[in-house]
Amino acid sequence: MSTSAATPVVAFAPTPPEPEAKTNYLNWNYSWQSWLFTIDHKRIGLLYLMSVTIFFVVGGLAAGLVRVNLMSPTGAILDQDSYNKAFTAHGVVMVFFFLIPAVPGVLGNFFIPMMIGAKDLAFPRLNLASWYVYMIGASLAVWAILVGGIETGWTLYPPYSSRSSHSNVIPGVIGVFIAGFSSIMTGLNIIVTVHKMRAPGMSWGRLPLFVWSLYATSLIQLLATPVLAVTLLMLAAERAFGIGIFDPAMDGDPLLFQHLFWFYSHPAVYIMIIPGMGVVNEIIPCFSRKNIFGYKAMAWSVVGIAVVGFIVWAHHMFLAGLSYYSALLFSLLSMLVAVPSAVKVFNWTATLYKGSITFTAPMLYSLAFIVLFTVGGLTGIFLATLGTDIHLHDTYFVVAHFHFVMVGGMVLAYMAGLHFWWPKITGRMYSDWWARLSAMIILVGFFLTFMPQFVLGYHGMPRRYPNYPEEFQILNILSTAGATVLGFGYLLPGVYLPLSLFFGKKATSNPWSATGLEWTTPSPPTMHNFEKTPIVKCGPYEYAIGVDQTGHTLPAIDDDGMAILGTSAPKGGDTTHVV
Amino acid sequence: MSSETHSPVLKHHFDSLDQQRSSEKLGMWMFLVTEVLFFGGLFVAYTAYRMAYPAEFAGVSSKLNVLIAGINTFVLLTSSLTMTLAIRAAQLGQKSGLIRNLLITAALGCTFLGFKAFEYYTDVVEGLVPGKIYAAALASEEHTIPKDLLAEGVSAPRAQLFLSFYYVMTGIHVLHLIIGIGLVSWLLSETFRGNIPPAAYAKVECVSLYWHLVDGIWLFLMPLLYLAGNHTLSQLHF
Repeated sequence: MSTSAATPVVAFAPTPPEPEAKTNYLNWNYSWQSWLFTIDHKRIGLLYLMSVTIFFVVGGLAAGLVRVNLMSPTGAILDQDSYNKAFTAHGVVMVFFFLIPAVPGVLGNFFIPMMIGAKDLAFPRLNLASWYVYMIGASLAVWAILVGGIETGWTLYPPYSSRSSHSNVIPGVIGVFIAGFSSIMTGLNIIVTVHKMRAPGMSWGRLPLFVWSLYATSLIQLLATPVLAVTLLMLAAERAFGIGIFDPAMDGDPLLFQHLFWFYSHPAVYIMIIPGMGVVNEIIPCFSRKNIFGYKAMAWSVVGIAVVGFIVWAHHMFLAGLSYYSALLFSLLSMLVAVPSAVKVFNWTATLYKGSITFTAPMLYSLAFIVLFTVGGLTGIFLATLGTDIHLHDTYFVVAHFHFVMVGGMVLAYMAGLHFWWPKITGRMYSDWWARLSAMIILVGFFLTFMPQFVLGYHGMPRRYPNYPEEFQILNILSTAGATVLGFGYLLPGVYLPLSLFFGKKATSNPWSATGLEWTTPSPPTMHNFEKTPIVKCGPYEYAIGVDQTGHTLPAIDDDGMAILGTSAPKGGDTTHVV
Repeated sequence: MSSETHSPVLKHHFDSLDQQRSSEKLGMWMFLVTEVLFFGGLFVAYTAYRMAYPAEFAGVSSKLNVLIAGINTFVLLTSSLTMTLAIRAAQLGQKSGLIRNLLITAALGCTFLGFKAFEYYTDVVEGLVPGKIYAAALASEEHTIPKDLLAEGVSAPRAQLFLSFYYVMTGIHVLHLIIGIGLVSWLLSETFRGNIPPAAYAKVECVSLYWHLVDGIWLFLMPLLYLAGNHTLSQLHF
């Protein structure tokens, strides 16, 4: 439609009056059937929200067991077998059932159609199916973990997992296999939706960067997950029928499993982190009141990370018996990932520069994300370098590194997104004070948990060992203390977010005065999102001139970064913002 | 245009039939991409071992029944033709032609399965089986790898590795074909109920895309598994 984004607009359409809707997607029907058989992308997003929260708690409890046990050099509460089962439970549940589905399943499902001006995802029934498939897979795996446990570690390396382990490997593997299809379904749905369902005027160059990020994520889900599926299938077949594809005793090659496993599982860490980057891309410009710095560089760098992420997998295997030359090549390629990642960090920083920053809860979470992601990313360079990796491989240094990226990066970005869009999802404002407090507690707890682990790893404490020399005890106790603070920090949103549903004040349609199409709908949105298909006239982050994507003036904001309630528009077509 | 936008085929969240059709097709293509990657993992593993153990792979491959595989290749290729003719019939609104072509397609799929089942049976009779028995059987020298192969110096565990790939790959392919026959049957029932007017021909096209993929994968499996070793004319029997 309108392709004249570059031509300066002198007078904008005034801020529209607060949209009113008596029925919304939440209150049109309260029956349980209307939830379990819903094909509304927003309700499916909420189903995902409930389930990933449950699995986050399960995985968190397992992490608690691991940390408590490590308080003593000989293991405080668990025998060695149970310790193995506890860290495997933590890894499997967090990776496959929380980190991977969290942002695409909850925020992606909910907001991708709204951000591009569509009524729903392209395949609503496939979307519902993806939740059921996820629940079946995750329940099976969690059942396997609870009744007998799996002690192979989440990486499931054969021949231990296929021949030696006496635990529930097959049900666990089948659970992960099934949940993988849910990931593929979500990814496929998002790709087709972004290609085919964009509103008039929503060109690729005007897509919010959250949409770009989830598009890149979906590409990885589509291309990598099937490889994991077939690898797990071979592993299960080997364990069930004793056919020896990966068993050296029968002339199989265990390295082949590692290659195939990491061909999925390395890109999978980008499935986890790229959506987080997308969330932060939305929040930083909003609370800096500035356009994002380098939109195109940001869009292409997520695609770049997705592509380069596919050719670095063997850096997990430097000490597993690779040839020198392939190790050299994979080391070099791994360094390449730093380039698009650095582009993103520099661009966030440049966006913040001279912005009118307000420190709301989503912004604090996002800033914490940038700091922790940077630490996580930079320590990755030590591991991509061949010489230092020999020293650091399979130590707590690695554990701390990927927790900085996965927890410090992805989980904080997910929390940021949840706080940013909570008013839109529920129609209620949470307590900003408590939310900011929780962000600070999580940040402090996080540093206390994982900084000592860098030191432990540097001094040679191997990961996955239940015992350690006594001189490591003080650092381990520090780490466990940090984990306790961290756990308390996570507990707070579990209290004030639900409470906001009952006691929070009603949210306006655009409480942060943000530019995206999702903020032009009532809070909570109506069943079909938009009364009529919106026509997109501007890029996604026109904070500098103060218009949203439909070309309407944004509401004015107060010093706390909140839209001023009850003011429909400061002045119709406020030209003071036009420079 | 306006008559098209009110078509009963159009789902509520699409603006036009064109958008709906192209979304459905793109979705199917994306699914096929995942299928290619899925089988790609198997092909990579197969290739790694075939390069490592060429003698064993050629030796056991030459024992497989290449006549049945050849007939099955012909059967499956023909079914792809009738599947494509079904799309044409659906576009033209020829209900009888659509039903005829879908029936032939499903029948050819079943023919393939029948031949394949018979082939598995002959494989078992000839002792070309891997399995749990093997881990123990290999140690006690009671395995069923044909004696003439062992006489040529073929290692039993490696021969078993080839057979593992043979069963895993053809097994997954058979599973895909069964799903394909199920989808064609679903199309048949939709046609009988009058749910496939010309405007909804994309349903047939999406199933056909899947069908061609299953056919195409067989075109890779057939040479990889059956033609890795030499066959003589005297082997061309059931």
